[in-house]
Amino acid sequence: MTGIEYVIYAFLGINIAFNLLGSFALHRFSEVYTRLHGATKCTTFGTIFAVLAVIVHAVNRLNITGDPKYLQMALHSLVALIALLLTNPTGAHAIAKAAHLSGVKPVRAVIDAYEVKLKRERGESP
Amino acid sequence: MGFIVSFVWSFMLWLMLTAGTKGMLWSPEEIVAGIIFSTIVAYSTRNIIGEKTTRFLNPIRLLELVVYSIGPLFWGMVKANFDVAYRVITGKIRPGIVRVPVELENDAQYTILSNSITLTPGTLTIDACPEEKALYVHWIYVREEKPKSSEPVSGSFEKWARRLGR
Repeated sequence: MTGIEYVIYAFLGINIAFNLLGSFALHRFSEVYTRLHGATKCTTFGTIFAVLAVIVHAVNRLNITGDPKYLQMALHSLVALIALLLTNPTGAHAIAKAAHLSGVKPVRAVIDAYEVKLKRERGESP
Repeated sequence: MGFIVSFVWSFMLWLMLTAGTKGMLWSPEEIVAGIIFSTIVAYSTRNIIGEKTTRFLNPIRLLELVVYSIGPLFWGMVKANFDVAYRVITGKIRPGIVRVPVELENDAQYTILSNSITLTPGTLTIDACPEEKALYVHWIYVREEKPKSSEPVSGSFEKWARRLGR
């Protein structure tokens, strides 16, 4: 194995570790907000490294073979990475806000400032 | 102006997606088709981008965005991911939704800051309220129940967001 391959395997290892941790968080936590932390964030971090591994592999093969399909592979993965980084927080925000507005309260929360704000907007006393 | 900005960005995305299909560069047919499709996209989205569109073409601002996402944002993600890993394994959590007062001016800055806060694990933006200048953040381990600024939640991100979204 060459040095580049070690880099690729290291990236894939980080990817698997954090994706596993994200799945484990789903099992471990008990309600929607804490689960969202594990399910959206650990998996994003893992997937960034999966995409980086693809990009490194593609650039490496491009250097060796000069085949343009590897250039395509690297650029498309980069676009996928940017799309992931833009859409993931938005989706997490949408799920959390929808859950809160439909009445799912955070369990064991020490403070819930958003509930206070919603009550104030509805005109109820907090 | 919105038309030009939208056109340039759709055409750049088209060039990225079609590079390498025939040789390393693009064939003339691809370029012509790209111009046609970019014009359609730009015409239909020219009013959506909103105010101060030229900042999307400012190369210094784009460079700052790249530096920000590789430097502080990525480092924040690394630190916070290990923090959440620790919380997942040990189960030591203290969840809660806190109100974070922020000093931002426009929607772009709110978007950048709340996306950065959500991307760093341990914090998740539930809602942004520009009219009361506050973000509502779900925090997996609440260290301060009523933070006075965004510093305990997101570190230096607010400074960067103010700078990038100007």
